[in-house]
Amino acid sequence: MNLGSTSSLFPFPTVPNRKKKHWLTFNLEADSDMDPDDSLSEDPWIKSSSSGNELLKIVPSDNHSFTNFNLHAQKWEGSSYLDHQIRIEQQVSGFTKQKHTSEMDQQGNQRNENHDSTRIHDWDPRALLNNLSFLEQKIHQLQELVHLIVGRRGQDGVQGNDLIVQQQQLITADLTSIIVQLISTAGSLLPTMKHTLSSAVPAASQLGQVGGVTAPSTGTNAGGLPCNEEGVAKMENQSNHIDQLRDCGIEHNHAADEHESKDEDEAEEEENLPPGSYEILQLEKEEILAPHTHFCTICGKGFKRDANLRMHMRGHGDEYKTPAALAKPHKEPSSEPTLIKRYSCPYIGCKRNKEHKKFQPLKTILCVKNHYKRTHCEKAFTCSRCNIKKFSVIADLKTHEKHCGKDKWLCSCGTTFSRKDKLFGHISLFQGHTPAVPPDETKGSAGTSDRGQNSEVTMKARQENFKVNASHGNEFQNPGVVKECAYSPSSYFSPLNFDTSNLNGFQEFPRPPFDESDSSFSFLLSGSCEYPPHKAAKYMSSTEME
Amino acid sequence: MGTMKKQKPISESYFNPFDLLSEEIVFSILDCLSDNPLDKKAFSLVCKTFYAIESHHRKSLKPLRSEHLTKILSRFPQVTHLDLSLCPRITDGSLTVIASFCKEMLRSINLSRSRFFTHVGLSNLVMNCGNLVEIDLSNATELKDVGAAALAEAKNLERLWLVRCKSITDIGLGCIAVGCRKLRLLSLRWCLGVGDLGVGLIAVKCKEIRTLDLSYLPITNECLSSISKLQYLEDLVLEGCYGIDDDSLASLEQGCRSLKTLDMSSCQNVSHVGLSCLTSCSGCLRQLILAYGSPVTPAVADSLQKLSRLQSVKLDGCQVTCSGLKAIGNWCVSLKELSLSKCLGVTDEGLCSLVTKHKDLRKLDITCCRKITHVSISHITNSCASLTSLRMESCTLVPREAFVLIGQRCQYLEELDVTDNEIDDEGLKTISKCASLSSLKLGICLNITDQGLTHIGMCCSNLKELDLYRSAGISDLGILAIARGCTGLEMINIAYCNHITDGSFISISKCSKLNTLESRGCPLITSLGLAAVAVGCKQLTTLDIKKCHNIDDAGMIPLAHFSPNLKQINLSYTSVTDVGLLSLSSISGLQNMTILHLKGLSPGGLGAALLACGGLTKVKLQTSFKSLLPQPLLQHLEARGCVFQWREKPFQAEVDPICWKYQLDNLE
Repeated sequence: MNLGSTSSLFPFPTVPNRKKKHWLTFNLEADSDMDPDDSLSEDPWIKSSSSGNELLKIVPSDNHSFTNFNLHAQKWEGSSYLDHQIRIEQQVSGFTKQKHTSEMDQQGNQRNENHDSTRIHDWDPRALLNNLSFLEQKIHQLQELVHLIVGRRGQDGVQGNDLIVQQQQLITADLTSIIVQLISTAGSLLPTMKHTLSSAVPAASQLGQVGGVTAPSTGTNAGGLPCNEEGVAKMENQSNHIDQLRDCGIEHNHAADEHESKDEDEAEEEENLPPGSYEILQLEKEEILAPHTHFCTICGKGFKRDANLRMHMRGHGDEYKTPAALAKPHKEPSSEPTLIKRYSCPYIGCKRNKEHKKFQPLKTILCVKNHYKRTHCEKAFTCSRCNIKKFSVIADLKTHEKHCGKDKWLCSCGTTFSRKDKLFGHISLFQGHTPAVPPDETKGSAGTSDRGQNSEVTMKARQENFKVNASHGNEFQNPGVVKECAYSPSSYFSPLNFDTSNLNGFQEFPRPPFDESDSSFSFLLSGSCEYPPHKAAKYMSSTEME
Repeated sequence: MGTMKKQKPISESYFNPFDLLSEEIVFSILDCLSDNPLDKKAFSLVCKTFYAIESHHRKSLKPLRSEHLTKILSRFPQVTHLDLSLCPRITDGSLTVIASFCKEMLRSINLSRSRFFTHVGLSNLVMNCGNLVEIDLSNATELKDVGAAALAEAKNLERLWLVRCKSITDIGLGCIAVGCRKLRLLSLRWCLGVGDLGVGLIAVKCKEIRTLDLSYLPITNECLSSISKLQYLEDLVLEGCYGIDDDSLASLEQGCRSLKTLDMSSCQNVSHVGLSCLTSCSGCLRQLILAYGSPVTPAVADSLQKLSRLQSVKLDGCQVTCSGLKAIGNWCVSLKELSLSKCLGVTDEGLCSLVTKHKDLRKLDITCCRKITHVSISHITNSCASLTSLRMESCTLVPREAFVLIGQRCQYLEELDVTDNEIDDEGLKTISKCASLSSLKLGICLNITDQGLTHIGMCCSNLKELDLYRSAGISDLGILAIARGCTGLEMINIAYCNHITDGSFISISKCSKLNTLESRGCPLITSLGLAAVAVGCKQLTTLDIKKCHNIDDAGMIPLAHFSPNLKQINLSYTSVTDVGLLSLSSISGLQNMTILHLKGLSPGGLGAALLACGGLTKVKLQTSFKSLLPQPLLQHLEARGCVFQWREKPFQAEVDPICWKYQLDNLE
């Protein structure tokens, strides 16, 4: 049993996890009319957060919650449960029951928390009911499908692997769409964007406020602590992400990343159009996340139409300026003298969603896409150079990789910046933060900063920072546990043992199928498996910001 | 106290009347001695008690060598101010010594002019001396951001000079901004590595700033808007900031209500549009310096009209129009100080209309206003009777009669610069009525003679500074009158007054406060005269005897013996040889030597002298010696803190001052 990985799940319940629970909680409540079992969730949660050792004692006694849950699940939907079970079986042996238990336990625990938050904020129960009945319909459809498969299996006995895979893909796709719906439904229960942050870091906010948890509305978040938290959360995200893949590939919409969003381009576009002076369009997530079929081989930018790609390629140099590309005229948007079009993000509660009180529309579809991916989607692309930065938009990754390692602007809090003015903006915002002097300057070779050396130092600074913060944040995290988890590679490995054949069904995920599925996962793999222990710590302790 | 005889050991039984004086009383007596460092030295040499009292009294030190820091710092435990600008080499070791001896006592340290310490020593100093409020790090050109970061630990720092710290960037300055929150004065002049971001952060973090010197920084509007939010800023220097333009000043409009002095010299992108913004914001602006800026037109003058408290305006080097000057004349305020030095376009008409309105003028600088005539002088002297300073070098059209008016009407003059003018003995005679005259510059005045100078000598007893450069009409008689009348003389320049002989030097030797003596190109002066000066003028620090061919080693020996305070000497073209130079090298404080065209100098002698002279910081030598001196010797000297300047000037024969003036006039 690996205590490290087990306990690591406890101190930092992250948003994706929570979302997942929304879904579970919801269905339990809606379909089986089950009241949330408070006794089930309260105590273990609090205890587990207080100490890792206690956790050890608690975990076995919590086994009933797991069975409990399964019971609910069975009541609720047999097929789904079956599917779930199948998946679990597909996991390679490294995944012990204990871990599973703890995870489920956590989910159970958080039910209560979610329940609380839903009570606080207003929501429209009628709309919710509509959504739920729609979901019910869908689930029933899926159920029938699975029944069919089960029936066929019984008839045909052993079938070809391909067919099984196909079936799985089909089911997964359906499930995904259900989950997406669920999440958006759950999203309506979330507080509005104002509260996003507090809900985004539930661990921090609920388990005793950590000093310095600020609400960096500017997007250039940074204080030592918030940043650190985020880093921790991110680490969690990853393991969670893997968990979810195993479970069925839930698309996470994590609001945690909202405040860190890189969509400055969108922020800059804040125009003061009077409401009604423009037409609001809202694309569905599926549409937003629809894969591009044409990709630039140079920069990776995706296009729906080859013509646009060809147009784009011209920008890369003369060799791409073929007569064909030039001959086809680009569609002029100005030729349509219609009402100005502005876009709304389908994510309810988002400031870019039309129902938000301070709604700020997005200008173009591209903005919508980038915004949605950056803000509400998992960051699946990890920089292969630093193994730290993660992106949901591949172009961001490419941009980052260009500069990765050149982030020489370092703050005393360990945050690095690619631009000097960003660093200075950060420093002028926060008390006590100081620009860190590049260490190679002491050796008299200022200016030419060796990348490796630099990043090593950056890492040191981060580690230091992390230590400080870890001792600070005792209320909400047990530093010992965190460290143990950070340094035990098995916590990363165990959930990663999934069958790649599963992945083909995940095409609708916020991950453009820009490459072979396994190579797109190579980001993930490289981002987790290849961590030497110390890098894992670095990874946890902070995150980079631009 | 002047004589320093060795005291006999005081016997126990002997009654010492000084025992009756409490230490406090002696302290307050010592407080009155603060003028001259030599007096204190003499006091401490009287007896052991005095020595001890003086050791505990002394608050500030200006040592010449860093080697003895340990000794002197243990001798003077109460030192709060340490000026190390005279030490040729301050290393991390020196700073460590200071840190361990001074600790919390030290409040102020001057480290300008030493390049040999690093962030390590600085960090040591700052960590141990927590009460430091003042640090001068000017010219620490090698100091990098790490050093600045070390400096940032001086949390109580209020005044910081970083002039010419070129290696410091925004990062280092950012550290200082975050660390030294109490800063009131910051000079970043010539810190070329610093830009908007660093300065902006200073303005954000150091809210107490009163004085900010940003001269020659590559800054733009960006940081100026945050500077304008500094609540207490009084003195802002933006000299040579080419990135500053009218828009920048518009951003100043929002704030800077406390601004009293603004220097925007050489800001060529600032026009009257920007200046007009100043009127709305800086109500209490007292001084405005717009030297070498945009032309002074009526628009500029009008834009500044509303600055109701303005007292001083400097427009040096600006193109000035007649109407512009007239518009300045129409201001409702009455200026106290106006500088039109080197302004092109200053005419009688403009200047007259200006000075007739500003009757309160105390200081007027019309250097090189070559178009003005006696009309201007007449108006100036007529309306500005309270002038204390008039500088009018090279007003060539002003006739000799006009200078009579100056003496007649401006009797409060303390400073008068009539270099390169037509002034004659009559003029000098009336000017001698200015009894408080302390600085008189009569360089290149070929019309004056001993007669006029005698009047000055007889009446201007407060004269401290006299410049007679190339005023060839002067001879020993005039100097004698000066030396007799002006005993407080501190500086005299008799360069190229080729009639001057040893007699002048002998009479000058009576001026015991003399610290600067320039007598270039006085071929009649011999070692005898120099010896007299050496004996008489104990405070001599700067001596220029270039081209005094008759001065030889015989002059150097008394100099070495009697002038321990000598810091700077120019021996070029004299007859000094190895022997003289070697004897000179015994002056431990000697820092600056110019030794060109010494015929009797051998590489060996020069090397020995340089080696012996431990305090040297700058030596000007002929290039030929570079190869003749052993390389390790030069390296050693450089490591000791000495900078060599190699010159390859051909031997120049001297011309007569009148010929020289003739040549000068033909240049124009």
